[in-house]
Amino acid sequence: MIGGYSISDLASVLVMQGFSGLILFSVFVLMALGLAIIFGQMGVINMAHGEFMAVGSYMTYLCSRLFARYLPGLFAIHFFVAMIVAFIVAGAIGIATEWLLIRRLYARPLDTLLATWGLSLAMQQAFRSIFGAREVGVTLPQWLMGSFNLTSLIQVPINGLFVMGLTVLITAALFVLIFRSRWGRQVRAVTQNRVMSGAVGINTERIDRYTFGLGCGIAGIAGAAFTMIGSTSPTSGQLYIVDTFLVVVFGGAQSLIGTIASAFTISQSQSTLEFFLSGSMAKVLTLLTVVGILMLRPQGLFVLKVRR
Amino acid sequence: MPGKKSRAGLHSATRRKLLIGMGVLPAAALLPRTVFAAPATSAVNTTGLAVTDSTVKVGILHSITGTMAISETGSVEAEKLAISQINAQGGVLGRKIEFIQEDGASDWPTFAEKSKKLLVEDKVAAVFGCWTSASRKAVLPVFEQYHGILYYPTFYEGLEESHDVFYEGQEATQQIIAGLNWITKTKGAKTFYLLGSDYIWPRTSNKIARKHIEDHLHLKVVGEDYFPLGNTEFNSVINKMKLRRPDVIYAIIVGGSNVAFYKQLKAAGVDMVNKQTLLTISVTEDEIRGIGGDNIVGAYAAMKYFQSIDTPTNHKFVAAFKKMWGPQSVIGDVTQAAYEGPWLWKLECEKAGSFDTEKVIAAAPGTVFNAPEGPVKVHENHHLWSHTRIGRARSDGQYDIVYVTPEPIEPNPFPKGYQ
Repeated sequence: MIGGYSISDLASVLVMQGFSGLILFSVFVLMALGLAIIFGQMGVINMAHGEFMAVGSYMTYLCSRLFARYLPGLFAIHFFVAMIVAFIVAGAIGIATEWLLIRRLYARPLDTLLATWGLSLAMQQAFRSIFGAREVGVTLPQWLMGSFNLTSLIQVPINGLFVMGLTVLITAALFVLIFRSRWGRQVRAVTQNRVMSGAVGINTERIDRYTFGLGCGIAGIAGAAFTMIGSTSPTSGQLYIVDTFLVVVFGGAQSLIGTIASAFTISQSQSTLEFFLSGSMAKVLTLLTVVGILMLRPQGLFVLKVRR
Repeated sequence: MPGKKSRAGLHSATRRKLLIGMGVLPAAALLPRTVFAAPATSAVNTTGLAVTDSTVKVGILHSITGTMAISETGSVEAEKLAISQINAQGGVLGRKIEFIQEDGASDWPTFAEKSKKLLVEDKVAAVFGCWTSASRKAVLPVFEQYHGILYYPTFYEGLEESHDVFYEGQEATQQIIAGLNWITKTKGAKTFYLLGSDYIWPRTSNKIARKHIEDHLHLKVVGEDYFPLGNTEFNSVINKMKLRRPDVIYAIIVGGSNVAFYKQLKAAGVDMVNKQTLLTISVTEDEIRGIGGDNIVGAYAAMKYFQSIDTPTNHKFVAAFKKMWGPQSVIGDVTQAAYEGPWLWKLECEKAGSFDTEKVIAAAPGTVFNAPEGPVKVHENHHLWSHTRIGRARSDGQYDIVYVTPEPIEPNPFPKGYQ
């Protein structure tokens, strides 16, 4: 017995805590992937990223209401439909944003920051006007609720497993897209040397537009997944944006592997510290560590070699 | 300024109006409802408040944006309902109430700034506002400096008794102690795990709860954790609670974090219906709308009011509220307490015969109002005598009331042995 608890108790809690850390890791990766593409590959600071996640959450809410009302028999699969809808709608709004707003500001990164901040405020107010100022509850299908008993003592939340699976899928798909497809090669070329890419015949404008749309689409899927673990309100995007930027910058802005590594570091440190200290102190210590490491290595964990 | 004209003398507008008013009196005697002529503005307003012969201005100061919007929107709706009902009955001292609404935006410095604007620029006669203790502490110096009155609807930790504030919600001894006593007796609880959001109300409430559990009930607290407002990750502390296995989880999570906490609690397999007892003092019917009834079914809450109270006064109130704000509306403890605010202020002004804040404050103690929760009385310490109820959450978002204190509990914001 250690500290009054039996070994099996401690072991099972450690396993559950490990799963919580992995779930948090998946959440961070989902949040940060979209932003990593936009910020990393394009250098655009998108302060409205949280609101694109909120778009995904609200689309899920609408889907769940629609299915509950018109197709109650198919309610179990509504979540998959919701994610596809979230991806398409968020991606479409992203493409529209890029075309109307971002493409005029490529040479002025600080103005992009301001413009996207304004966009985030406008989107928050749009949510407030359309859906109301209060939180909306999204009903989950039955198979997503509750937990999965690995043993009698170890219980893992099913929606956590779902989020982990989703993250693996999306990360894998993204890697195939960026590193194995023709379009991905074009995106990487534009990142490394925009002028030369244009000279060899790549339509940089179109690449930018669809990359931004893809980043926003992934944010939409993240938002859809977050209806399971958090609340959906006009300001729910604000809850995630700081952590998202933290993960992306800490990992090295232009490296997707860096994003994943930094998400792992930050999530594990936070969930472990939370277990031993209180939530606020864990956050403080995690942030202090990140600040310290960034001071020693300002470019982040992983750096992409770029010829300028 | 509204007061100046009426001091002119024999040919003043006010004198003319008074004479005309008096001529109406015989006809007024025949009316089924007494219609008094409005008392002269110079008599009811000697401190330059925004009072005219037919209107009086009040302020509404709540968060309609930010993490607290889920909780505070109900208070705004209740206050507007009360004001419209008072106006339909003829208003206060013959004057219709006009309200000026400001948004505190879940940001405490904004609350202080807006309250100053309401008191100094708009010169309102009273303010109905605030929800979190942090917002109340932020505006307290403003009200004390500019001699305003604040009607504060939320249950809170006590340890305060401001001359310029009326506390419509319960303080700690009424809400926390009664709840802990009941759960210990009914569930035979021996160990407690205290949880809260990280600001003054949950921390002070848990301090009081801990003192009560350890010194008065002689039981054990096995853990205490706090999370920033707006936090959405609770898996670690849920695992901690699974390890320590407390008999009762005492949760004071506030605002939007409630949604994440109860969803994750349910997802982690914590069964509040059959196995784990959870007592909260921060989840009303308003918060359950966002949490989802299925996620919180089985939890106990200690409040003074639940929408499911079965009295004619409450049924009338619920019907009126739903008529004004939609059939999907729900009414939590704070919403009902906010409803009491304009009514208490009206009764106090009429008792004082004036809108002057000092006269209203002096006339207040002893005022009784037939609220939906039952009759409430204003105490000298500006709190209300009220019953405490324990409810168990149902899956449809309402509470089943399982216990009511037989007598109203006297408010005691500075209890001995708890500081």
